[in-house]
Amino acid sequence: MTEITEVPSPFCGIGTDDLSIQVDGATLKVIANGCAVNTPAFEQAIADATPRIAGQAVSLEAATTKAAELLRGTNQPVISGCATDVNGMRALLALADKSGAVVDNLNFNNARRNLLALQDSGWMNTTLAELKNRCDLLLVVGTDLEAFAPRFFEKYLWNEESMFLDNTANREIIYLGKAPSGNASTSPTGQNANVLPCADADLPDVTAVLSALVKGHLLHAQSVAGIAIADLQAIADKLKAADYGVILWGAAAMAFDQAELTVQTLCNIVKDLNQSGTRCSGFPLGGKEGDQTANQVCGWTTGYPARVNFARGYPEYDPYLNDTQALINNGEADALVWVQAFNSGALPPKADLPTIVIGRSGMKFEKEPDVFIPVGTPGIDHSGHAYRLDNVVAIRLKKLRDSGLPSTAAVLTAIEQAL
Amino acid sequence: MLIKLTGGTVYDPASGIDGQQQDIFVQDGRIVDAPKDGRPVDQEYDLRGKVVMSGAIDMHTHIGGGKGNIARTLLPEDHRMDPVHRTPITRSGNGHAMPSTYVAGYRYAEMGYTACFEPAVLPINARQAHMEMGDTPIVDKGGYVMLGSDDFLLRMMTANKDQKAINDYVAWTLNAAKGIGIKVVNAGGISAFKFNQRKLDLDEQNSHYAVTPRQILQTLARAVQELGITHPLHVHGCNLGVPGNLETTLNTIEGIDGLPMHLTHIQFHSYGKEGDFKFSSGAAQIAEAINSNPNITADVGQILFGQTVTASGDNMRQHANHKYASPNKWVCMDIECDAGCGVVPFKYKDQNFVNALQWAIGLEIFLLVEDPWRIFLTTDHPNGAPFTSYPHLIRLLMDRSFRNDMLATIHPEAQKMTTLASIEREYTLNEIAIMTRAGAARIIGLKDRGALSAGNFADITVYTENADRQTMFAKPDYVFKDGELVVKNGEVVKVTWGTTHIVKPDYDLSIEKDLKPYFDKYLTMKLGNFKISDDEISEDGRGSLTAHPLRGAA
Repeated sequence: MTEITEVPSPFCGIGTDDLSIQVDGATLKVIANGCAVNTPAFEQAIADATPRIAGQAVSLEAATTKAAELLRGTNQPVISGCATDVNGMRALLALADKSGAVVDNLNFNNARRNLLALQDSGWMNTTLAELKNRCDLLLVVGTDLEAFAPRFFEKYLWNEESMFLDNTANREIIYLGKAPSGNASTSPTGQNANVLPCADADLPDVTAVLSALVKGHLLHAQSVAGIAIADLQAIADKLKAADYGVILWGAAAMAFDQAELTVQTLCNIVKDLNQSGTRCSGFPLGGKEGDQTANQVCGWTTGYPARVNFARGYPEYDPYLNDTQALINNGEADALVWVQAFNSGALPPKADLPTIVIGRSGMKFEKEPDVFIPVGTPGIDHSGHAYRLDNVVAIRLKKLRDSGLPSTAAVLTAIEQAL
Repeated sequence: MLIKLTGGTVYDPASGIDGQQQDIFVQDGRIVDAPKDGRPVDQEYDLRGKVVMSGAIDMHTHIGGGKGNIARTLLPEDHRMDPVHRTPITRSGNGHAMPSTYVAGYRYAEMGYTACFEPAVLPINARQAHMEMGDTPIVDKGGYVMLGSDDFLLRMMTANKDQKAINDYVAWTLNAAKGIGIKVVNAGGISAFKFNQRKLDLDEQNSHYAVTPRQILQTLARAVQELGITHPLHVHGCNLGVPGNLETTLNTIEGIDGLPMHLTHIQFHSYGKEGDFKFSSGAAQIAEAINSNPNITADVGQILFGQTVTASGDNMRQHANHKYASPNKWVCMDIECDAGCGVVPFKYKDQNFVNALQWAIGLEIFLLVEDPWRIFLTTDHPNGAPFTSYPHLIRLLMDRSFRNDMLATIHPEAQKMTTLASIEREYTLNEIAIMTRAGAARIIGLKDRGALSAGNFADITVYTENADRQTMFAKPDYVFKDGELVVKNGEVVKVTWGTTHIVKPDYDLSIEKDLKPYFDKYLTMKLGNFKISDDEISEDGRGSLTAHPLRGAA
C-alpha cells in the first residue's frame, strides 16, 4: 500500500492538486482533501477491463481492427464525447483527420454560449490565482458555484492569506439568479452572501438592466423580474467601487434560448467597467470532463474549438451543424465513436448507427455497442495533461496505479493505424 | 548515408564564407568534412547555380502558448479563407494570421526555416507552449520565459533581496519552464495594470510595489549575465505603440548600464510625436543608439499591410489599443499572479497614415542599423504580419526600386514623414544570411546550428538564384533538416520532428524554501506540480530536449 500526495484532479475543473490518495493494488482511497466530485471519481472501482465486439470479449487488437473496419468507407463518421486528456485529444484529432469525421465535444452546447460571445466581441477574464489574491467582490450570476466545485470557496475565496487583501473574510459575495445550495459562500466570520434571486429565464432582462446601470443610464422601471432596480444599482455601484471585482458565470447553467447574449452582456459589463476606470474581470466556469482540453487541443490543431468537420479533407467549424445530436437526428452520420475516459455514467447518444465506445471502465449500456474498449482514466491509470476551467493552466496528471488499461491515445492511435 | 551537395554558391557567414562555390557533405544528420577515404557518396544533389544557406532561424515568433490559441479561437473567419488540405504525409489545418500548429511547421519549413523561438512563455502557461510547439512539425523550437510582472519577483525586489537570490529564482524558473532565455514584457506594467494603473513609464513606480520598470530591467539583465545565459535579456519595452516612446526606448538603452539587452519588435517602440498628426519616425535616433551601443541587439517587428491579429503579454497596452481592433473584438486576461495577455485583431492599411508610417519606420530601422549581426528579421509574427510574409519583406530590404515603388503607394503624408526614399542601402545575400541564420543562432546561443562548417547539424536550405528575391525566398528547391530532405520545390516531402532547445543554468536549491510556502499560500498549484519534467516533452515519442552550454562553458 502506498500513499500518493499532491495528486491533481481532472474531475472538478478547478485543478485541485492537493489530494492524498492511498493506493492498494487497483483500489484507490482519497484520504485527504477529497470532495463530493473528486472522491467518488477517484475511488470508482475498475469494472470490465476486456474489450468487446458485439458483447463478446476480444483482444484489444481485434477490437481496434474491428473499429477501423466499421469506420472504413463511412461518409460521415462522428467522433463525439471527446472527454479525455491532451494526448487522447491529439490521437482523436489524428483519427478524425484521417477518417473525415466530425469532432464534437459533449459539453459544446454549453461552451458554445461562451464561444459565440467570445467570437463576436471578446472578453476580459481572469484566472484562479488572481481571484484568490485580488478579488474583493465576487458576483456569481445564474449558477450554484459550490455544487459545481465544492471546494471553490474554501480554496480560492476563504484562503487564509492573500497577497493584496488585508482580510479575505471581508470579500463580498453576491449571487444574482440562482441561490446557493449550501453555505460555502458564507465567510469565515459568518457574513452571508447577498442573494438576489430570479428565474434563469429572467437573467437576460436582469443582466440587461445591470448593464444599463453600469453605463449610467437612468431607468424608469422600479423592478425587474422581482428584483428592485435599487438593488441592482447597488451592485453596479459596488462593481465600480471594487478594487478587483470578478463576475463569474456558468454557461452550463444558462439553459435558455440565446444564452450567449446574456454571456455577452456580462462580458460587456466587464469591458465597460474597465473602460470607465475600474478593474473588473470575467470568470466563466467549465473544465469538466475534458471540455477545455478538447477545445484547446482542437484549437491549436485546427484553429477552431471542438466542433469541427474533417469531411472535406480540412477542418471546418460550425457550432450548430456539427452537433452530434443534430447529425444523428438528420440521418447525416453513418458511424459513431464515443470517447469518454472520465465518466462511466456518460453514455453515447441513442443512435441506430455502427457504434464504437472508447470509455471508462464500468460503462453499462442499454444497447451494447458494436465495439466497446474500456480505457484507463487520465490521472489515475496513466499520466497526462488536462486544462483547468480558466483555460491557461494545464495540470500534469499523475499515474496512480498499474491497471493495465490502455490510454485513450493508445487505443485511438491503434484504430488510426489500422484504418 | 553520405550525401553530397555539389557546387552550390554558399553563404555561411558563421564561417566567413560569402558566396563561394563549394561542396557540402552530410552524414548522420551532421555536416562533415569531405571524406578522404574514398567512401562512395550515397546521394548527390547538383546545386550548381543554386544559393545555399543554413536553415533559417526565427528568433521571435509567437508559435506556441495560450494567447495564440485565444487568437485562433477568436477569428474563425480568418481561418475559413485559408484551409489546408490533408495529404498522404501531412495533416490538415488552417492558416493565415495565426495558423494551426501543423500548418505553421509545414509553412516555416517550406520557406526554408528550420528553427523558431516563441518569445513569450508564461511560466504558468509553459506546458501549453511546449505542447503546441510539440505539435509543430519539422522545425526546432524553444522559448523565452517571461518574468518581470510576476509577483514573486516584485516581492523579492521590494524586500531588497540580493542579486544572488534573484538569480536563483530566475534560474529555477527557467529550468522549471524549460526555456532558452528570459523575456520581459512591459516590465512591471502587466502587474501595474492589475492594480488599475493604465500606463507605466520607465521610472514610474508600481502602485503596490516599490519597484520601477528600469530597476526590473537592470535586475533581470544582471541575472541573465551572471547566470551565463547566452541570450541577452529579451525586452519588450514600456509604452508600446505610444507616440513619443522613442524617448523611453533611448532611455532604456542608456539605463541598462552596458549589460547585454535585446530590444524586440523595436519598430513599435521608435515613435516620435512631430508633425501635423503628432506621430513621426524615431528610426534614425534608434538606429544611431543601436549603432553606438554594442551591448544592444534588436529585432524589428516589421508591419506589413493586411489583416492580422496581435497577441501579446502586454495586457496594459493591448487594453489601451483595443479601440483599434479590426474586427472589433478583443481579449484581455490577467494571469495567475504571473503575467497577462491581450489579443487584438488588427488590419494594417497602407492608406492609414499611422500604419503607413509604421511600415516605413520598420524599414528605416532595418536599413539604418549598420551591423547585421545585431538586427534581426521579424514581423513579431503575427503581430506585425504573419510569418508567411517574410519573402516579401526580404525583397523590400534587398531591392531598392521595389521598395520605392511600394513607398509611392502609401498614404501621401506618411511618405513625407519618412527618409526611406533617400536610403540607398540594399541588403546583400550575405547580410540576409547573417540576420536570419548565423546572427540568430549566435544571439540565441545555439551550439552547432546556423552554420555550414563540419560538425554543425545539417539544417540546410537551397534556393534558386532569382533577381526577384520574394520569389526566390518563398520557395526553396531543397530544405534539409538534420540531414533529411524535408522540402522539395517548396513543398514538404517528409515530416520530421525537431528538438526543443533549452539552457539549464545552475541555482541554489534553497530557493525552493521560499518558493514552496509562496506556492502553497498564494498560488493555485503545488510547487512540485508546477515544474515541467523532461518526459513531458519526450513521452510522445517525437519530442526531445537539447541543452545548450552557458556562456563561458565549453
